[in-house]
Amino acid sequence: MSSEEAVPVVSVRDLTVEFVTRRGTLRALDRVSFDVGRGEVLGVVGESGAGKSVTGAAIIGLIDPPGRIAGGQVLLSGERIDNLPPDQIRKLRGKRIGMIFQDPLTSLNPLFRISEQLIETIRVHSDLDAAQARARAIALLDEVGIPAPERRIDSYPHEFSGGMRQRVVIALALCAEPDFIIADEPTTALDVSVQAQIIALIKTLCRERGTSFMLVTHDMGVIAETVDRVAVMYAGRVAEIGPVRDVVKQPLHPYAQGLMGAIPSLEGQAQRLVQIPGSMPRLSAIPPGCAFNPRCAQAFARCHVERPELIAVGDRRVACHLYDQPSSGSAGAEIVS
Amino acid sequence: MLAYILRSLMQGIVVMLAVAFIAFSMFRFVGDPVVNMLGQEATLQDRAELTERLGLNDPVPLQFARFVADAAQGDFGISYRQGRKVSSLILERLPATVELAVLSAIFAFVVGIALGVYAAIRRDGWIANLVMALSLIGVSLPTFLIGIGLIYIFAVELRWLPSFGRGDTVAIGWWTTGLLTTSGLKSLVMPVLTLGFLQLTLIMRLVRSEMLEVMRTDFIRFARARGIPERRIEFRHALRNTLIPVITIAGVQLGGVVAFAIVTETVFQWPGLGALFVNAVQFVDVPVMSAYLLFVAFVFVLTSLLVDLVYVALDPRLRSGNPAMAK
Repeated sequence: MSSEEAVPVVSVRDLTVEFVTRRGTLRALDRVSFDVGRGEVLGVVGESGAGKSVTGAAIIGLIDPPGRIAGGQVLLSGERIDNLPPDQIRKLRGKRIGMIFQDPLTSLNPLFRISEQLIETIRVHSDLDAAQARARAIALLDEVGIPAPERRIDSYPHEFSGGMRQRVVIALALCAEPDFIIADEPTTALDVSVQAQIIALIKTLCRERGTSFMLVTHDMGVIAETVDRVAVMYAGRVAEIGPVRDVVKQPLHPYAQGLMGAIPSLEGQAQRLVQIPGSMPRLSAIPPGCAFNPRCAQAFARCHVERPELIAVGDRRVACHLYDQPSSGSAGAEIVS
Repeated sequence: MLAYILRSLMQGIVVMLAVAFIAFSMFRFVGDPVVNMLGQEATLQDRAELTERLGLNDPVPLQFARFVADAAQGDFGISYRQGRKVSSLILERLPATVELAVLSAIFAFVVGIALGVYAAIRRDGWIANLVMALSLIGVSLPTFLIGIGLIYIFAVELRWLPSFGRGDTVAIGWWTTGLLTTSGLKSLVMPVLTLGFLQLTLIMRLVRSEMLEVMRTDFIRFARARGIPERRIEFRHALRNTLIPVITIAGVQLGGVVAFAIVTETVFQWPGLGALFVNAVQFVDVPVMSAYLLFVAFVFVLTSLLVDLVYVALDPRLRSGNPAMAK
């Protein structure tokens, strides 16, 4: 069980998302569960197609058809939100759950001034009049580090650089002071030199406000520096979730081990990077049992028939049969303190 | 931005000169104006005099320059057939065509955009699907058939609307309008529907597909993620982005409305420029034909200039003086 505070800000329970296509139903998320505590930063990592972005979209209720939530629950501060009518979940969006997308160049409407987009969002979620909303928008731009905000606020998106635009996007996501922010690869489209600044900015702003956030990325460096806990996803399932230090340093799940082994290290002797053989299965061809079993060097008979559930191993939880053997002398047992 | 407008203006002038050259060439290739004007019985001396008087002995570039200068001042010569100044013939017919074309364009734009937006928002609704199916018929039906069909239903069978002409008109200065009398308005209904229908279906299909495209973009997703109400996203955020490409294409269509007016005017015996042109072709009345050609070209150039201006007003990326930034 989760060892977080009594009521997590966001709690995802057995969330299943399916896409109904002509060639059958694809399961993009398969019984995903995790909690995010108040003020906590959760990292979500995994290969493309592992279900990272779908998880974010499902929490905020923005799964586009033909996709749909087929099972499970999303709880926001203990209240169920995945089954709310569209207009009510709409009111939560921006107000209590914010989202930052990957590409700041396309996240802003090119035909509207920054001021129009900010003031509109502020006024949708509050009773402020136009002048108050504008003052608030300027204050926000100042907070996200836009120089001379009272002048820049009336600019159009194309008049900002990529990094500045992502700052504007962050200001928009923070407009109504949400409790939880989903940042879906917020720096992938940016210059490497700007990436660290943007991540630091999101982190600082969230800490000041006590906002929790979920950082979706495949940049392990960012994960190691930024997040409190990390969830490793594979083929629409959570493979391992736990404190970032443990998961990065001593991953338990064979897939997580492979993933961390693939990170080049600057320290020590250069070693050959580990490569996981094969590739992630298509959603239409997920093998029975553990989804990772065809690529796993440690797979045994049970892995091919029975899907491993998340089981607690110390502070973390891992979905692997290796750790479900009370008397086993496997690698995992030694780590558990 | 000024440079952008100037460039559009220059392009317009180049187009007008090219069309003027074609209009000018018609005089040289379509019949001999001297014979046309004097008839078969004229003496050689009469012909020589007229040739001299018309300036036909001058070098071609000089004649062309004179033609352009005259045309720029609204002087298109004298109609072979009616013996009156072409400019006054055109001015007489202009109000009928302008009223028909402008009302058709407004009809096509307003209804086309409204239906297009509806079909995009209610993408899977049965009304939207019905509208789309009907629009396909609209695209493929020839204009005259729609006109004749309307006449059959509303003039012959139901006897609600007159089948031809403009009805009673009121003169305001040199302009005659059919908008102020009941019979004038009634007469406008069917020609406007006929002329506007094709454009309407095209605009509607264009709006629908552009809007569906825009609704899939990241900034719409982001607007949703910020909790902006769906109606507001559709009519404020998406519509504006939809209209930019629509206006470009629809602007050119507007020129087409004037050109297609020929068919509609013929079907409804509408006393406009199209009917004037059709008559002129029958009698090889070259000055009228060339003037009409210039008029249509002028309408196209004018609308595309207006489109460019509206474009600048709608798209801030053009206003910053670097058109390359707008994708």
